[in-house]
Amino acid sequence: MKTLIISLKIFLFFTVLTGILYPLLVTGITQLSFPAKANGSLIMKDNKTIGSELIGQQFDSTIYFSSRPSAISYNPLPSGGSNYGLTNPKLKALVAECKKQFIDFNGLDSLTVIPSEMVFASASGLDPHISLNAALLQVERIIKSRQFNEDKKQRLLQAIALLTEAPQFSILGEQRINVLLLNLKLNELE
Amino acid sequence: MTAQDVIQVILYFALLIGLTPVLGNYMSQVFNGERHFMLPIFGWLERLIYKFIGVNPYEEMNWKSFARGLLLFNLIGFVFLFIIQLTQGYLPMNPGHLPNVLWHSAFNTSVSFVTNTNWQGYAGETTLSYFVQMVGLTVQNFVSAATGIAVLLAIIRGFSRKTTDQLGNFWTDLTRSTLYVLLPLSIVFAIVLVSQGVVQNFKTYETVQTLQGAQQIIPMGPAASQIAIKQIGTNGGGFFNANSAHPFENPTPLSNFLEMLFILLIPAALTYTYGKMVGSTRHGWTIFSVMMILLVTGLSISLYAEYSTNPVFGNLPLMEGKETRFGITNSVLWSTFTSAASNGSVNTMLDSLSPLAGMVAMINLMLGEIIFGGVGAGMYGMVIFIILTVFIAGLMVGRTPEYLGKKIEAFEVQMAIIAILAPSFVILLFTAWASVSSAGLSGLNNSGAHGFSEILYAYSSAAGNNGSAFAGLNANTVFYNITLGLGMLIGRFGVILPVLAIAGNIAKKKITPPSAGTFRTDNWLFIGLLIAVILIVGGLTFFPALSLGPIIEHLIMTN
Repeated sequence: MKTLIISLKIFLFFTVLTGILYPLLVTGITQLSFPAKANGSLIMKDNKTIGSELIGQQFDSTIYFSSRPSAISYNPLPSGGSNYGLTNPKLKALVAECKKQFIDFNGLDSLTVIPSEMVFASASGLDPHISLNAALLQVERIIKSRQFNEDKKQRLLQAIALLTEAPQFSILGEQRINVLLLNLKLNELE
Repeated sequence: MTAQDVIQVILYFALLIGLTPVLGNYMSQVFNGERHFMLPIFGWLERLIYKFIGVNPYEEMNWKSFARGLLLFNLIGFVFLFIIQLTQGYLPMNPGHLPNVLWHSAFNTSVSFVTNTNWQGYAGETTLSYFVQMVGLTVQNFVSAATGIAVLLAIIRGFSRKTTDQLGNFWTDLTRSTLYVLLPLSIVFAIVLVSQGVVQNFKTYETVQTLQGAQQIIPMGPAASQIAIKQIGTNGGGFFNANSAHPFENPTPLSNFLEMLFILLIPAALTYTYGKMVGSTRHGWTIFSVMMILLVTGLSISLYAEYSTNPVFGNLPLMEGKETRFGITNSVLWSTFTSAASNGSVNTMLDSLSPLAGMVAMINLMLGEIIFGGVGAGMYGMVIFIILTVFIAGLMVGRTPEYLGKKIEAFEVQMAIIAILAPSFVILLFTAWASVSSAGLSGLNNSGAHGFSEILYAYSSAAGNNGSAFAGLNANTVFYNITLGLGMLIGRFGVILPVLAIAGNIAKKKITPPSAGTFRTDNWLFIGLLIAVILIVGGLTFFPALSLGPIIEHLIMTN
């Protein structure tokens, strides 16, 4: 009985300390020091929230850079991947379809090596990034569909170079480019 | 792999090895009740707790009262978590108006977080309110890790003391590890995570109109505070369904590197703490080496499997279930570390790994989570294998086995065998049951050998208190929620109780001073023997099951 009361009391204490005070302390500190990030890195345009810098969006229109295939079609409720094993015939069929679609959609030569993130679905289904190569392969199609002249094409290429993120501190992670930010830039070029 | 990949790997291991003695030494100061730099900051809180619960921190317990306190405390945690899930619809901080959780899912999740497993049959962002995530789950993230440390401390005292039955005070151990180790690290780490983009707020989910004009609902919540301790305490339960693959849980390569470092940091440092507290840091490093050798071997196989030409997809890099910002190397590193360390968080979908890389993760679970393993749990699990090893070595030379000056006799070996067999039974029997029942088979996302791997992985994960999954398996059913829940309970307490019993028995013995005939436990011979015992026991138990799953899948794929 004595042990039970001690257990109850210490459980209550730790619940208040680690379940209430600790998250509140972290929330307080970060809402003051990194408010934008703590609140989801949201992007505002004309007083409306159009998304989060970190959460990928579905792009399949000819005037935008396409994002990666997603098992959840970029609906974050809930997040997740395909969870297909490599020997699953469905995965093989999906990859072939994505490859053909990417080649046809961008008017590429059928032998073009497609960056693998454009044919495989991401883990979260919300991957905001693609590789630099995947962006460059889409440039011609976008220029055509937006009827950009040479000057705008150059400015687009500059924008791509500017938005390309190197590995963090030149060491960690992979080179990548944020599709939503890139497409926002694209709209600005119009 | 590029040079940059190799640099990342080297940097990781250099930091891990460098920080092990620093944190390990600090933890030994904390657990021994010596002076340390956190005392002026949180010392008042420690005294306040003892006053509030009415316990004298220096009053010691024998193994039975230690176990009783531990079990009651965990039971209360379970009941509380179970109730708040069943009633979350009536509780505050539920901006998404999420309904009460189903009983079997609530049972599974409660067991899962109390046992430091953090298996998740549910999807966080569509199932649990902020209240349950914060006041329920975050708390268990702390205290389940602290419970593991307390058990480790009991067995340490069993070996380092003589002719006593006193193993320390469970409440003191629980309090000190939470206040001085887990909490300070979590506060700092949570803030760093937010600086990288992890969310920490109490807002309602944000509805946005995307650039293409579609509607997207973006989940929010107090994520950073939970993610910090989920990594530090080898818990692994994600705030969101995609766990650390979700950009809000793990937004940048830096957050990824640090989250990965914290998967192994405390378990690695505890080998140093162990060595220091039993009186031989050299022995601590010996254990560290055993764990490191097994870890790096598994890692090499996984990297090889993921980077070699694939028979199905040719030279196409295997990016299924991986995130662009992490790439293949960081995904493979994480999958190896998280399965070795009984963490269970993921930044890549393990179900889509190549068969051999998936198998390495599975073997890490099956060996009993002793390759660094869970916080506390990995080290006391390793002690079980050490007891077995000195016993076998003793048989070979015909001497009474000794470990750290204590005679290892029938009782210790019996208990060690129970601790090894209990999780193995769970894995093999439940997997067999699920593989032949319609309730088990209906959850599969892949067919054939890979489908079998999904089931085998699930029970290995439950029994090893890991929590990661081949997540295609739809396990949020009555069958899986109950059987996996039972598996987690057996895998946790079926090891903790024998370990405490050993601690109680071994503490009573005298310490024999080492002589020329003493079998040394701090040299390469011992490292080799220990690795052999681990691999033979694990290999003999699980090879048949593995050959039906990942091995046959690999053969099918390559032919």
